[in-house]
Amino acid sequence: MTGAPPTAIKARLLSCETCGLLSQPASADEPGYCPRCGSELESRRHGSIERTWALVIAAAICYVPANMLPVLGTTTLGSTEYDTIMGGVVFLFTSGSWPLALIVLIASVMVPLGKLVALGYLLITVQRASVRGSRERTRLYRMVEFVGRWSMLDVFVDTFTVALVQLDPLMSVHPGAGVLFFAAVVVLTMIAASTFDPRLIWDASAEPAPYHEKPLQQESSLG
Amino acid sequence: MTEHRHLSGELMPVACHECDLLQVLPDLPAGGKASCSRCGCTLATRPVDPIERPLALVIAALLVLVVANTAPLMGLSAVGRHASTTIIGGAYQMWLQGQELTAVIVAFCAVVAPAGYLLLLLIVLLAVRRPPAPSWVGGLLRWAERARTWAMTEVMMLGIMVALIKIADLAKVEAGIGMFAVGVLMLLFPAILSSVDTDELWSRVAWHEPQPQPGPAPERGLTSE
Repeated sequence: MTGAPPTAIKARLLSCETCGLLSQPASADEPGYCPRCGSELESRRHGSIERTWALVIAAAICYVPANMLPVLGTTTLGSTEYDTIMGGVVFLFTSGSWPLALIVLIASVMVPLGKLVALGYLLITVQRASVRGSRERTRLYRMVEFVGRWSMLDVFVDTFTVALVQLDPLMSVHPGAGVLFFAAVVVLTMIAASTFDPRLIWDASAEPAPYHEKPLQQESSLG
Repeated sequence: MTEHRHLSGELMPVACHECDLLQVLPDLPAGGKASCSRCGCTLATRPVDPIERPLALVIAALLVLVVANTAPLMGLSAVGRHASTTIIGGAYQMWLQGQELTAVIVAFCAVVAPAGYLLLLLIVLLAVRRPPAPSWVGGLLRWAERARTWAMTEVMMLGIMVALIKIADLAKVEAGIGMFAVGVLMLLFPAILSSVDTDELWSRVAWHEPQPQPGPAPERGLTSE
C-alpha cells in the first residue's frame, strides 16, 4: 500500500461528477446520491469502456459515408455538381485561400479521424491495464475533449452556404446526404469523449482498486 | 436511504476528476489556479470577482445574442437579386432541403445551447448573490454545464467566415450585423468561462440533503496513507 498514491477510490470516497463534492457513502456498491447536488454517485462512469467502444465504432462506421457521400450539391443552370468534404478542401485550395483549405482539412478530415484513433488507443491501453505514459494519455484525452467541437465546422459552412445561395433558377446549393453522417461523427465522438472516464487510465498504475478487481481475481482463481 | 459521512474542516481534500488523486487544495490567491500534482489538470481556479463580473458579462452576452440571432449574418447580391440569412434561417433552410436532423443539430449547437447556457447561468448567478440559494438552483447549474459543452459559437463564427470566402468566388457577398454580433459573442464566451468559478457557485447553493454537522473528523490520516 505504501508508495501508491492516495486516490478517492482506495480511501472509499466518492467525488461527485457534477459538483465535485467528496463524500463517503455508507455502501460502496450502492453509493446513492450526492448529498449536495442530488446527482447519482458513481466511483467510475457506469459502463464507461463498453459505451465508449460502442460510440467509437458507430462513429467510425459513419465516418466512411461522411467522406464518400457529397455534402453539397451545386445546381447551375440545370446541371448539378456534387462536392464531398475533400472536394470542398480542394476547391478552397485551388481558389487561392490555402490557409482556409488547411483549417477545413484539419477540422473536418484529420480531427475526426485523430479522435477515433486516440479514443481507440485510450480504450485499448486501459483494457490492457497499461501503466506507461498515464500523464501523456490523460493529456491526449484532454486534447480529444477540447478539439472535438471544432469538427462541426464543416456542418456550419455547409448550412450557411445552403442558406445563402438560393438563387433559383440561376444557381442554388443543396445539402447532400454526407452532411448528416458527418454531423453524426462529430456528435457521437463528443459523446464518446464524455462517456470515457480518464480516471481509468490511472487505476492500473495504483494498487488494485478495492471495489472492482478483487472479486474478479477471486473468480479467475476459482476457475 | 443512504447515509453519507462528509469530510469537513478547512483542509478539505478533493479528488482530481481526471485521475482520482486525493489532495488538499492550497489557499489560492485571487486569480490563482491549482493543478493536479499527478496528471496536471486544473483542479480549481479563483477568479477575482466570481459573481458580479460573470453576471455583467452574461447580461452583455444575452443582449448580443439577441442581435446575433435576429440580424442578418450575411447577404449576397447577384444579377440584381439579393439574399440574406440569419442563424436560424440557415438551420431552417437545411430543414426545407430534407436535412431535418442536421438542421436540429445545427439549431441546437448554434442557438439553443448558447442561449440556454447564458439564461441558466444568469438565473444561477442572480440566485447565488444571496446565499444560500435554494437547491433547485443546483439543478439549473447542472443543466448550464451540460449546455456549455454543446454551445459552439466560436466554431460557428469560423464556419460563417469560411462560407463567406467560399461564396465570394461566385457572387458578391457582404457581412451583416449578425456576423459582427457573433464575433463579439465569440469573445464574450471565453471571458465568461474564465470569470465563473463553478466550485464557488456550488458552495452557495443549499444542499440537496440536510447538511450534517461537522463531527469529529476520523479521516485525519487520509492523505498520509
